Amino acid sequence: MTATWAGQRARPGTVGTGTIRADAIPKSRGDFAFSSDLYADGMLWGATVRSRYPYARIKSIDFSAAAVMSGVRCVLTHHDVPGRNRFGLEIRDQPVLADDAVRYVGEPVAVVAADHPEIARRAAEAVAVEYERLDALTDPRLALSGVGPDLHDGGNVVAHHRIRKGSAEPAADVVVRGVYHVGTQDQAFLGPESCLAIPALDGGVELYCSTQWLHIDQDQLADVLSLPLDKVRLTLSGVGGAFGGREDLSVQAHACLLALRTGRPIKMVYDREESFFGHVHRHPARLEYEHGASADGCLVYVRARILLDGGAYASTSRAVASNAGCFACGPYEVPNVSVDSYAVYTNNPPCGAMRGFGAVQSCFGYESQMDKLAAELGLDPVEVRLRNAVGTGSAMATGQRIDGPAPVAELLRRVRDMEPPAPADSSTCDDVLMPGGAANTTHGEGVRRGVGYGVSVKNICKSLGYDDYGTARVRLSISGGEPVAEVHTAAAEVGQGLTTVQAQIVRTELGVRQVVVVPADTRVGDAGTSSASRQTWISGGAVRAACEAVRDRVLRIAAATLGAELSELWLADECVRSERTATDVPLAELLGSTNVDETRVFRHRQTFPLDPETGQGDGHVAFAFAAHRAVVDVDTELGLVRVVEIACAEDVGRAMNPPAVEGQMHGGIAQGLGLALMEEVQVVDGYIQNPSFTDYLIPTTLDMPPVRLSILEIPRDDSPYGLTGVGEPALLSCPAAVVAAIRDACGIDITRIPVRPEIIAGCA
Amino acid sequence: MRLSCTVNGQRRDIDVCPAESLLFALRERMGLPGTKNACEQGECGSCTVYLDGVAVCACLIAAGQAEGGDVVTVEGLADDEGPHPVQQAFAESGAVQCGFCTPGLIVAVHDVLSHSPRPTDAAIREALAGNLCRCTGYEKIFDAVRSAAVRMSAEGKRR
Amino acid sequence: MTSFVQPVGLDEACEAKAAEPDLVPLAGGTDVMVELNFRRARPHGLLDLTRVPELREWSVSDGCWLRLGAGVSYARIIKELGGHAPALATASRTVGSPQIRNRGTVGGNLGTSSPAGDALPPLLATGSTVELVSVRGNRLVRIEDFFTGPKENVLLPDELVAAVWLPVGRGPQQFSKVGPRNAMVIAVAALATALDGESRRVGVGLGALAPRPIRAVEAEDFASWALDWDGGSGIHADVAARFGALVAGACAPIDDVRGSSAYRRHAVAVLAARSLRWAWQEYRKDKSCG
Repeated sequence: MTATWAGQRARPGTVGTGTIRADAIPKSRGDFAFSSDLYADGMLWGATVRSRYPYARIKSIDFSAAAVMSGVRCVLTHHDVPGRNRFGLEIRDQPVLADDAVRYVGEPVAVVAADHPEIARRAAEAVAVEYERLDALTDPRLALSGVGPDLHDGGNVVAHHRIRKGSAEPAADVVVRGVYHVGTQDQAFLGPESCLAIPALDGGVELYCSTQWLHIDQDQLADVLSLPLDKVRLTLSGVGGAFGGREDLSVQAHACLLALRTGRPIKMVYDREESFFGHVHRHPARLEYEHGASADGCLVYVRARILLDGGAYASTSRAVASNAGCFACGPYEVPNVSVDSYAVYTNNPPCGAMRGFGAVQSCFGYESQMDKLAAELGLDPVEVRLRNAVGTGSAMATGQRIDGPAPVAELLRRVRDMEPPAPADSSTCDDVLMPGGAANTTHGEGVRRGVGYGVSVKNICKSLGYDDYGTARVRLSISGGEPVAEVHTAAAEVGQGLTTVQAQIVRTELGVRQVVVVPADTRVGDAGTSSASRQTWISGGAVRAACEAVRDRVLRIAAATLGAELSELWLADECVRSERTATDVPLAELLGSTNVDETRVFRHRQTFPLDPETGQGDGHVAFAFAAHRAVVDVDTELGLVRVVEIACAEDVGRAMNPPAVEGQMHGGIAQGLGLALMEEVQVVDGYIQNPSFTDYLIPTTLDMPPVRLSILEIPRDDSPYGLTGVGEPALLSCPAAVVAAIRDACGIDITRIPVRPEIIAGCA
Repeated sequence: MRLSCTVNGQRRDIDVCPAESLLFALRERMGLPGTKNACEQGECGSCTVYLDGVAVCACLIAAGQAEGGDVVTVEGLADDEGPHPVQQAFAESGAVQCGFCTPGLIVAVHDVLSHSPRPTDAAIREALAGNLCRCTGYEKIFDAVRSAAVRMSAEGKRR
Repeated sequence: MTSFVQPVGLDEACEAKAAEPDLVPLAGGTDVMVELNFRRARPHGLLDLTRVPELREWSVSDGCWLRLGAGVSYARIIKELGGHAPALATASRTVGSPQIRNRGTVGGNLGTSSPAGDALPPLLATGSTVELVSVRGNRLVRIEDFFTGPKENVLLPDELVAAVWLPVGRGPQQFSKVGPRNAMVIAVAALATALDGESRRVGVGLGALAPRPIRAVEAEDFASWALDWDGGSGIHADVAARFGALVAGACAPIDDVRGSSAYRRHAVAVLAARSLRWAWQEYRKDKSCG
């Protein structure tokens, strides 16, 4: 199947070699066009009118003052949505423009197009919306208990997943309990939401945008705009990071509506503040846990009750809640399981996908519990994890047997056995590397070092019976006397390096040097989403399949031309090589003006929905694992933390582009560190308190420590090249490890992330 | 109002609103979108440019303040020979992922190395603390800085 | 907005401000431009002070006073004034990022009068004086009289901040600031301590701990009394703790997204005790070295 002959793999730019991204130089020169950089002649600027209340009935919208402002071209409300005024990834419950009511602060109510962005924003401010305020439901526990208004038909419980395994009344020697909280994290991608929508002559629209999944945007937009799919054509523009925050529609529908109404190109760009209202966040969670174990530290049972606040609309809450439940026990053998995971509607900001997708929240809970159990039993925290770690053949909480690699114990040993960083020494350590950074808060006073561990598991690819596939088209032609392969998918490059991997696969499979990755758009079949750590597996699989089809056709052409047997021909070094005659025919000569063009769809193996009563079933394609060790210096009096080092071990199956794998791990660790220590969208009574980079803090260069990686490559037998997804695992147990290290340093219990200095200093 | 200044070595005369930022003027009026707009409050460094040889956040400069000034953006660092060594080092070190922070970082690193050809690791961290990156965890950016420092001293760089 | 005025001298700047008192002074832009970018303010006009050479100068007169022009950047303070104004230089190093420090000025911190302005506690601790200027002339205002409330001060509509006068060479100084991130963070609590060996006084300035930047007078009096200026013996733990408690007692902090009032009080007490020790150690060292 795969081109296998030796030497080919090692060629530059092929699978497994460190390959420089084709976009790296343009991005470094400022020449790369992000969606916010696009421009079209005659374009107008869109701006959004947003709700000021968490829950209110809209009594009237008066845009007369805005409409007559000089330079304003149109103002649209829900009356102007030609199709279905709803969108959503799982349930189409979210209005494109609010109609009867608003359900969160910042919900779009109207949109404006004007000649200049400042005029558009002023016009948006001039739109007068009369509201009748309603009592907002902002406490997810009330929402779960059924108190308060139903925010949507069918009540406020969006999701309830049950897992029941083994005995309902298991007996354990030791029991530890805990209630944990995870705050709302924001993806905080650097490039705010933006797009350019251009009305087309055929009555359709061309949309250039940042997204994680072109086809699901297209599908929703076609319904909203009441256009056939072929009249809503999307092209991916440069995406300034995603991390889950670009799965849901933001500017797309609004820009298309304005473009179709005005007949002019429409550009929309959110500023940072609007971005905090313009996309979903990571679900805040409350996790109640009870772990029972035998005296020797083997888990007997886990009981968990997980409540996720989904906010005003469903987004991906069902799948996030399912994931939180499925991975509530972590990568451990647990014979008896009782887990209930819920997501509810409230009048808080909508929550949905973010890197880790439910598994991050659970991990903080179960890893905190494992440390508690270790302390209770007087065991080493790594030892208690090793005693319970799953391996290949183990059953997950859902009963699914792990048939792929599951080197959990090995990952733990690797991080444990890494050389520890040098001890803190204020006399030799540069002062900016002490807790508090350059702010001169300690010269060593109060500083204690701690070490903590975490290990984690998450599903890779989509789960629970979802028909998950990717499409790729590969075209081999001769240009300027050289073979050129063109690869075309709709898979979103969001920064992770997907286009580079696609080119690597083509070089590997077809042995050509020149590979052109065509911009992703909807002219080619669906690629699925750039999330769930799935895109290299799925679209990579599709690219490989298309290459195989191209290769097969080339060899058939060669067999016919040369009168040779198919079985004796190889494709290598831009030639067709005959084993028997030891002759090479250059592709340029063989193909001439013939183009070989093949499109293939790739599916991973089938998964199945879980039993609704017991949560048992083969719901997942694959599991990925990561282990972390965090070393921290804590100023125990001031509650300030400096993470000294993070070590992370992960099994990636096959490192397709090793530096890119490392980059994914580094980035995931940084986001995990942020969640542990500083990142929280603070919401009070439905209002975001800190929608800015002044008060929503993400780690800086002085917060990120040196990171030490250990990358295992245990090939899977069910994925292209044996790879597994790498986008998410390095984040999952990072917060748990950092918090464990803080606990170790200062001996206090910490049950909530991000950990605030108040908590560590004991004056909350 | 009329703004006259030099941008990447070229004389520019354009109409601006006094209160708009140099960032807006560069991106929307001069056709130089390489400088990125990520926070507009000086918190992220994505819009770092040189104004009269000093690294600044273009979002915090009123366009009018650049009158008569000499502005160099990320687009102005490469020359006919190709990318600047800092740009080359970023690409080769894997320091670029989504790339939205990259232009600002390129200018910031260019500035750091022009003042301090071989900065210590702690100095690099402190000097780049105003440039947020959400993708890389900074690790490969530090690699790029060290690599660029070596390249530039080897090339006796210039610029 | 109608006007953008760019004076090239201080007199011209004062005349412009007198003619159009609504003009918003603009220097580093770190406060004003954020307001403009997010449409929180739509001023009548801007008065760009970056071309006024008088504002960008500093000088030391008689070896006693540093006159720091309002438009000297934090980057220059760090580079040029670490010896004359150590607490201010340390504070400057914690202001934003290098890019911000290249543009931001003490004049801006004074003009904005945010309770969390990083440069302000050192001015309070050292007993500095603000020099205001207008077409009517110059006037001096003691720093503790300058702030009247959150983002409010005594500046009259036609006045500009010309300079700030800091005493120099009086003794060791410290500045410390607490925030939930190790860089690029607005103070949750900030404290400057200045020892004056000649007058045997300890000065304490606090930021982000009250509606305006304040001194901690009782703590100053206590420390000035309790320190063994002649003998130079070490600080007893009780003295440091008492000093911390008095500093905390001077505060009237708020609860907000950046930190709780309880934490702010706690943190400043810790910082106060530590920084008094650091300053005192340095004082003793200097003294023993003669």
